[in-house]
Amino acid sequence: MTDQTSSTSVTASRTRARGASTGFLGLGRRDAALFGVVIVMVVFAPIILNPFPVNSAMAQFNAGFPQLMQQFLIFGIFAIGFNILFGLTGYLSFGHAAFLGIGSYAGVWMFKLLGMNVLYAVTAATAIAGIFAVLIGYISLRRSGIYFSILTLAFAQMCYALALSVLSPITNGETMLQVTHNDPRVLGSAVGPDGGLPVPTLFGLEMRSTYTMDAGPWSFDFNLGYYFCGVFMILAFYLAIRIFRSPFGMMLRAVKSNQQRMRYTGLNPRPYTLAAFVISGMFAGFAGGLLVSMDPIAGTERMLWTRSGEVVLMTILGGTGTLIGPVLGAGFIKYLESILSKINSGILHSWFGFLPDGLEDFIVAIIYPFVGKGWHLTLGILFMLVVIFLPGGLVEGGTRIGRLFRRRKATDTSDTPAE
Amino acid sequence: MGILEVKGVNKRFGGLQALGDVNLSVQDQSCHAIIGPNGAGKSTLLNCLVGKLIPDSGSVMFDGQSVLGRAPHEINQMGISRVFQTPEIFADLTVLENVMIPCFAKRDGAFRMHAIESVGGEVELREKAEEMLREVRMLDKRHEHAGSLSRGDKRRLEMAMCLVQEPRLLLLDEPTAGMSRADTNSTIDLLKEIRDTRNITMCIIEHDMHVVFSLAQRITVLAQGTPLVEESPENIKGHPKVREAYLGEAQV
Ligand SMILES: Nc1ncnc2c1ncn2[C@@H]1O[C@H](COP(=O)(O)OP(=O)(O)OP(=O)(O)O)[C@@H](O)[C@H]1O
Ligand SMILES: [Mg+2]
Repeated sequence: MTDQTSSTSVTASRTRARGASTGFLGLGRRDAALFGVVIVMVVFAPIILNPFPVNSAMAQFNAGFPQLMQQFLIFGIFAIGFNILFGLTGYLSFGHAAFLGIGSYAGVWMFKLLGMNVLYAVTAATAIAGIFAVLIGYISLRRSGIYFSILTLAFAQMCYALALSVLSPITNGETMLQVTHNDPRVLGSAVGPDGGLPVPTLFGLEMRSTYTMDAGPWSFDFNLGYYFCGVFMILAFYLAIRIFRSPFGMMLRAVKSNQQRMRYTGLNPRPYTLAAFVISGMFAGFAGGLLVSMDPIAGTERMLWTRSGEVVLMTILGGTGTLIGPVLGAGFIKYLESILSKINSGILHSWFGFLPDGLEDFIVAIIYPFVGKGWHLTLGILFMLVVIFLPGGLVEGGTRIGRLFRRRKATDTSDTPAE
Repeated sequence: MGILEVKGVNKRFGGLQALGDVNLSVQDQSCHAIIGPNGAGKSTLLNCLVGKLIPDSGSVMFDGQSVLGRAPHEINQMGISRVFQTPEIFADLTVLENVMIPCFAKRDGAFRMHAIESVGGEVELREKAEEMLREVRMLDKRHEHAGSLSRGDKRRLEMAMCLVQEPRLLLLDEPTAGMSRADTNSTIDLLKEIRDTRNITMCIIEHDMHVVFSLAQRITVLAQGTPLVEESPENIKGHPKVREAYLGEAQV
């Protein structure tokens, strides 16, 4: 009897395995659904993120302006890549901003030397960051745990210090690196069509070009740069899904789980971890290339250790080791940064102006430290709350809420039947 | 010549001579047991075979090739798998994934960048892993997290992970410790069947004499890091030196 039940379940899982590999673009049903949602969100974000009419008091909470939406996508890519290293292998790098910075400098140099096509910039950014990732990863991965983190931090700070001092002929030091009229630009022109500095383009289409659609009191901006980033963020997300579901991804999780067992199973953890490190470094470099493609200027502060910390926060806040978590975390932090830091005491007074004067001043005084320049305080508190109450990050919060609403459905479609 | 030849192996930990001039020859396709009191150096000897420790002196040859100085994963790729005294499994992964990983290692070697293929598409490997899980009667637990298994199940899982690689030499360090009587008996049956049906050599460390006498064709008694006797099971039972080793330890 035991035999019979187990043989039917073997068949069942075999069918499931086939289904998983022949779904949409080689993705399983659930992954394909998630991927679809991400595509729809990226395409319609300019509308979704501008829910408040332009002249309403709430308009300042709109996130649908091009610069911010570009940041969502670019830092989403950065965090997706970081999560491939940290989420899967458990190696916590505190130096990934170095690759963001290296990618940015490589991108600007492409604008200066070759031409303003953004494809030059992102390609060079990815490649050069990859080379640095091989070097830094090879050395840092000789240690694990906290020592690995410290090594990566040291390398990033070294890059930062070098960029400020010895390498300033390349990085332009504190005066940031940017495009000038005197650049060679062998495949492009020295000046832009309007006689000013040339701007990044994709085969002649300017990244900054925006089509504004007015719909009654609402207004939506459709920006070319945003959609350029969007295409690559969708690609990056797709790649992440494939890696997560691949044998390679499984090996990376094995690295996190038990390297000892891995070695005695005939697997060498070192190249797996290095590959994950290089992939995530290239994602970071690519994100740096995109940053300068949107705004062709690169400064050393992009390599600062607080930047490295930021991507750690994004990943943990969103949900380490989950597919969508890092993207949510990146969006969440960039939104808070942009919106909270805009709020000043004048805005607060206008909100609470309806209150009696004494009470108004009191409430403004309490809220004030958490907004404007103090937005990091809010971020810190939120981060603490998430780590303590939702160790799985925003994704866990989402699943918990989802479970409350559709408990029945969840058990029906669950991939792992209760046995 | 045996498939495994250990000659003059010494290993010191500080002032402690854990292994002293160990010679051991394991015949191809046999089951060789190593017994001895606690602290005799049995696990240390296995550690020297799989590259976890490097002996201070001596040689270890597997199938005519030295294993000394090779990394653990290289030794495994030569065909040696090991079950540890405390189960070493991938606790965060599912039971099925635990068994699929050794399948990948066997098929693809120590490293392969298979990042775009899907695990779900590896139907053959999956069936092989499931077949193995059925043999150790854990198929129904294949979607569970390995970390949540009972100690006995963890051991059986680790054994499945080693067996699915079809190693030429299987090293088992107390494979039935922590198992119920029923599980122990089914493990004996499994190992017996594997011993008799596959091209495999087994080297087993065990305190449970029932297991030893059910499986072993040769038995080496190790005490204080030195082999005392090597005999067939029939001759070992009443052997005076063996009694001395065990009783001597009991008196201390
Ligand atoms: N890495 C190590 N460092 C220092 N001493 C060690 C180390 N490994 C083992 N020993 C010591 O070497 C001796 C032999 O240990 P070993 O684990 O090989 O014994 P064993 O025969 O496997 O015993 P048991 O039956 O309890 O598993 C013990 O005294 C142990 O304390
Ligand atoms: Mg031992």
